[in-house]
Amino acid sequence: MTVASRSLDIADPIGYASMSKPGLSRQVVEQISHYKLEPEWMRGARLRALEIFQRKSLPSWGGELSNIDFTKIHYSLRPTDKVAQSWDDVPAEIRNTYNKIGIPEAEQKYLGGVMAQYESEAVYHSLQKSLEKQGVIFLDMDTGLKKFPELVKQYFGTVIPAGDNMFSALNTAVWSGGSFVYIPKGVHVDIPLQAYFRINAPNAGQFERTLIIADEGSYVHYVEGCTAPVYRADSLHSAVVEIIVKRGARVRYTTVQNWSKNVYNLVTKRAFVYEDATMEWVDGNLGSKLTMKYPSVYLLGRGAKGDVLSIAFAGNGQHQDAGGKAIHGAPDTTSTIISKSISKERGRTSYRGLVQVPKGMTGCKSSVVCDALLLDETSRSDTYPTMDIRESNVTIAHEASVGKIGEEQLFYLQSRGIKDQEARSLIVQGFIEPIAKELPLEYAVELNRLIRMEMEGSVG
Amino acid sequence: MSLIVRNVHVTVEGKPILRGVSLQVQAGEVHALMGPNGSGKSTLANALMGHPRYGITEGSVEVDGKNITALPADERAQAGLFLSFQYPVEIPGVSVQNFLRTAWRSLHSGQLDHKAFSTRLQKAVADLQIEPTFVKRAVNEGFSGGEKKRLEMLQLAVLQPKYAILDETDSGLDVDALKVVAQGVQAARAAGIGILLITHYSRILEFVAPDHVHVLTNGRITQSGGKDLAYDIERVGYAAVQPQP
Repeated sequence: MTVASRSLDIADPIGYASMSKPGLSRQVVEQISHYKLEPEWMRGARLRALEIFQRKSLPSWGGELSNIDFTKIHYSLRPTDKVAQSWDDVPAEIRNTYNKIGIPEAEQKYLGGVMAQYESEAVYHSLQKSLEKQGVIFLDMDTGLKKFPELVKQYFGTVIPAGDNMFSALNTAVWSGGSFVYIPKGVHVDIPLQAYFRINAPNAGQFERTLIIADEGSYVHYVEGCTAPVYRADSLHSAVVEIIVKRGARVRYTTVQNWSKNVYNLVTKRAFVYEDATMEWVDGNLGSKLTMKYPSVYLLGRGAKGDVLSIAFAGNGQHQDAGGKAIHGAPDTTSTIISKSISKERGRTSYRGLVQVPKGMTGCKSSVVCDALLLDETSRSDTYPTMDIRESNVTIAHEASVGKIGEEQLFYLQSRGIKDQEARSLIVQGFIEPIAKELPLEYAVELNRLIRMEMEGSVG
Repeated sequence: MSLIVRNVHVTVEGKPILRGVSLQVQAGEVHALMGPNGSGKSTLANALMGHPRYGITEGSVEVDGKNITALPADERAQAGLFLSFQYPVEIPGVSVQNFLRTAWRSLHSGQLDHKAFSTRLQKAVADLQIEPTFVKRAVNEGFSGGEKKRLEMLQLAVLQPKYAILDETDSGLDVDALKVVAQGVQAARAAGIGILLITHYSRILEFVAPDHVHVLTNGRITQSGGKDLAYDIERVGYAAVQPQP
């Protein structure tokens, strides 16, 4: 347990408005859809996805998934009856939780609109007037479906179909919450759109669903940060994030994940990137028992560009299986994957990546760099890079390194009065700096703080 | 007030390298330690600073009356000792400024007086004619030899130890780098810092006039004298200045 999670590892005594029984069935899925008053097509999509889920088996690669007991997971939770309109409407218990993780300050300073997901449903949502005037839609997914059913129908499941993998099927069947974002043509959203997520019930499955559509020439930075309290029973977080980046648009999606160390974090994130558009995934994974997440870019128009930057930290009992995928589906497309991982005390990190360039996709460029830092003899790091390059007129670079903190580096820092532990922290901070500098300032500070706490030996 | 090295013996990987070195450096003095290759000069620098692989097996080191022989490197630094490295290491991703700030805080019982720190840093940057962007670069990453020396001297000027050991054993320094080191030494001497300047060649002594010169041979100081000793070495070589057995 970390100091970070310790102070947050307190379950709030919440009177759940209703709480369905654990386990998954056709009836549960129908209940969810019925309760949300969804259109028929969504109900149908959920039920078809359930069938797919029931047919699929766990992936044979990645991390250890066999301990997940799908029959013990709650598939729907409702902390409050309706979405709150302003901060004051948010129940006191929930506000207390957010106070602990510092959201009100962040709100004052930075937030354009906050979508705080507490349990399975968004309870708080505020959207700055200027965003509304620009025609930007920033809603929780349930409300998005109610207000813009046609827009949701047009794109939902088009980037990540239910059948993509077992967990995208599960998510499609039981999804609740998440964000729905639409940025109109040519609109640049100056402030990052932020969402906070939190699991707070035993066996609470979190299946949020996010859909972001950036219309031609637009720009948005979406930021997602997570923290979760610890429970004895294993917890599952299985989100799906679909992003459509149209011609000339740019989307950056930043995540700092600090789930408690019993959470299975199995997330499918993918973006379709069209002509001259840019998609950037910035992904920090600190918490969870097992994370399997490979943000992907499908470069579908000439000149499209995709970046995946990821940091993973694995301590005792943790496995971070992370990486990225770049599919070059058009000529003259560019991808960059940079992965930095740190393992400590039997912690395990894996880089798993795919770069695919089919025949005929000339002029593509791809660069993959994965660096691992091992903090002691018991930690572990593996690299599984797959390069499927069928075209010769391309530029492909791949570098991988595994390192340890050098004795000479430590001595150099210590000779300036810096204590051993602080010297190690400093070296680790430097190691992740190329990615940390891409984070919004408060996230970078938080990331450094969390890593420092992990380094201080409180894990155990 | 002095750095006292008393009969220091050092063994590296089972092999005795230093066999009873004694020295006394007063505040504000510059001592040059010279010697042929393999005489143990760099070993002395590392052992005095507390490198874990250069254990002192016999003898003692004192800083202003405090015995630091058994202390780890960071506590030796706290006591007022500084080592300018022959080959400073890269710390990727850690800016010079962040590094200096962290070191400063460590040397001031965990306290960081922002104003005092930035005043000192700005003065040192100006004195050493360092580009302001220099402090934003990662420590030694991609630095030229001269830039690395400049950073060592910047650290010396900002951190203001009581005694500094400068390991300049390598002959590879170009004239610019030599001048940087010389300038750093002059400023440190003026600030009352005692200096042990370790070098193979007397070239650097053209820029820095030492108060005392010692010759290290086979792990022992075999000769001590004034700066003329350095000129003799330059002229006739180490062998000729050695007392005949």
